[in-house]
Formats: sequence, C-alpha cells, structure tokens
Amino acid sequence: MTAHTSEAQAHGGTTRLFIWVWVWLVAITGIEVFLAYIHFSPAVMLTMLIGLSVVKAALIISYFMHLRFERIGLFYLLIPALVFCICLMAVFFPDSFRALHLRP
Amino acid sequence: MSEHKVEATLETPWSGGGSPFAIGSKKLGMWLFIVSDALTFTALLMAYSYVRMANPDWTTPFPIWPAVALSTLMTVFLLGSSLTMVMGVAAAHRNDRGATVKWLIATMVGGLLFIVLHAYEWNHLIHDGLRPFQNPWGGPALFGATFFGITGLHMTHVAIGVIYLGIIAFGFGRGKWSSEDVEVSGLYWHFVDLVWMFVFPLIYLMSVKY
Repeated sequence: MTAHTSEAQAHGGTTRLFIWVWVWLVAITGIEVFLAYIHFSPAVMLTMLIGLSVVKAALIISYFMHLRFERIGLFYLLIPALVFCICLMAVFFPDSFRALHLRP
Repeated sequence: MSEHKVEATLETPWSGGGSPFAIGSKKLGMWLFIVSDALTFTALLMAYSYVRMANPDWTTPFPIWPAVALSTLMTVFLLGSSLTMVMGVAAAHRNDRGATVKWLIATMVGGLLFIVLHAYEWNHLIHDGLRPFQNPWGGPALFGATFFGITGLHMTHVAIGVIYLGIIAFGFGRGKWSSEDVEVSGLYWHFVDLVWMFVFPLIYLMSVKY
C-alpha cells in the first residue's frame, strides 16, 4: 500500500478521489436530465445547463486532466486566455434575443 | 519521470535550459492543442446556441424516452471511459505495462460503444428525413446543420481518440513509449469527454420533445 499510495500522490490524486469525481460527474449529468424532464423556458434552461456544464468541465480539467496538481504557471498559461477568448465570442450573444423580437 | 529530467537540465530560469511549467514538451504541446480545439468547439456551440435562442420554433425531436435516455447512456459510457483512462495513466506511472494496456483497451471499448450508439441514432434521424440542410419536421433547416456539424465533429474526435489510444496501447505494451505518452493521450481523451459535457446538454436537452 505505501509504495502504491506515495506513487499515486506524487502524480496527484488517489483512485478513491477519481472515483468520487466520476460519481459527481454522473450525478450532475443526472440533474441535467432531470431539468430537461421538468421543462423550463429555453433561456432559463440554457443558463442552468451552461452553469452545470462549466462545473463538470472544471472537475474534468482539475482532476482527470491533473491541472490542479500541475505548477500554477501552467494554469496561468492556459486558462485565462481561453476564458478571455470565450468571453469575446459571447459579446455577440445577446443579439440572439434581438433577433427573436425582430420576428413578425 | 520527465519532470526530474527537466529539473536536472535547469540551470537558471532565463538560460533556456528548462521548462517553466515543469512538464515535458509533448504534454505542453497537447495542452496548447486542447486550448485551440476548445475554442473551435466554443465557436460552434456559441453559434448553435445563438440560432437556438433566436428561433422560437426550433425543432425539438428528442423525447425523454428513448432519445434522451440513449444519449444519457452514451454520456455514461464516455464518462466511464475517462475513469478507465485515469486508471491507465496511473498504471503507466507504476510501470505496470499489462494493467496499462488493459485499462487502455477498456477505454477504447467505452469510446467504441459511444460511436456505435451515436451511429445508431444518426441512422434513425437520417431515416426520418433529417439532412444538414433539410428539416422533415418543418422547423429551421439549421437544426440539421448544427446537429450533424457539431455531433459529427465530436464523433470524429472520438474516432481519432480510439485510434490514438490503440496506437499508444500497442506501443506502450511493447515497451516502445514512456508513461508520458500515455498521459498525453489521456489528456486528449479527457478533452473529448469534456466537449461532450457541453454537446449533450446543449444539443439534446435543449431539444426535448414534451
């Protein structure tokens, strides 16, 4: 056990931790399907689904992709630029509501 | 480990002798590819969400049973394959070649099950008359374009991932590659899973038929 555990911790995370992350990912997926089952308006649904999916993405990146256990510099290299670019794309998004009201 | 090698060659931070991120260049390369590929999918999903919100008469062809149940099962297969991939990477770091190959094969099976279920569903929708520029249910034709475009690009990624993992499993089993190669292929596989975490709710759960 000792050799195995120390090896696993050197690379960040134990089997038990990864199984728990997986359980959470499946549970959040279940919540998303349940939300679809009880029916919301598209705008509310989209907001909730994006919120839950961002949580899932954060879990996958942090634990499965090990970013939480890497040097902080790698996080600064990758994530802020990605988030910034996504925000720039999102600048145009509210226009979709305008397009909605332009319809006869 | 490559980390230690990197540290050993580090003379001063500014001499260019080492990595400021303490990871190998393959891993850094894969991370940078993932960021650019993430932006490709973001652009597609953002464009899709835009037309989804701007069209109140959007087509909603997926009933909870069987379409949403089937795609939920696909999600569970893909998530499960991510967990087996984590186990494979851990086995590779222990230098347990046999276990690594077994876990990688399990991961490939998860990916293949995903592709089979997805192909079954595509076949069903094509049979109903859905085309990239033709909507048999009378809604916007963009439904087919976005559905086939986004899920098709994702399925291509899964298919490439299965082939990639096959090559890595074969090479690692024969002692050709290091545990870092397994870890880098794992990064790619988790990313494919991550993209599906956005495709599944946005494409399927936003088009549920009540």
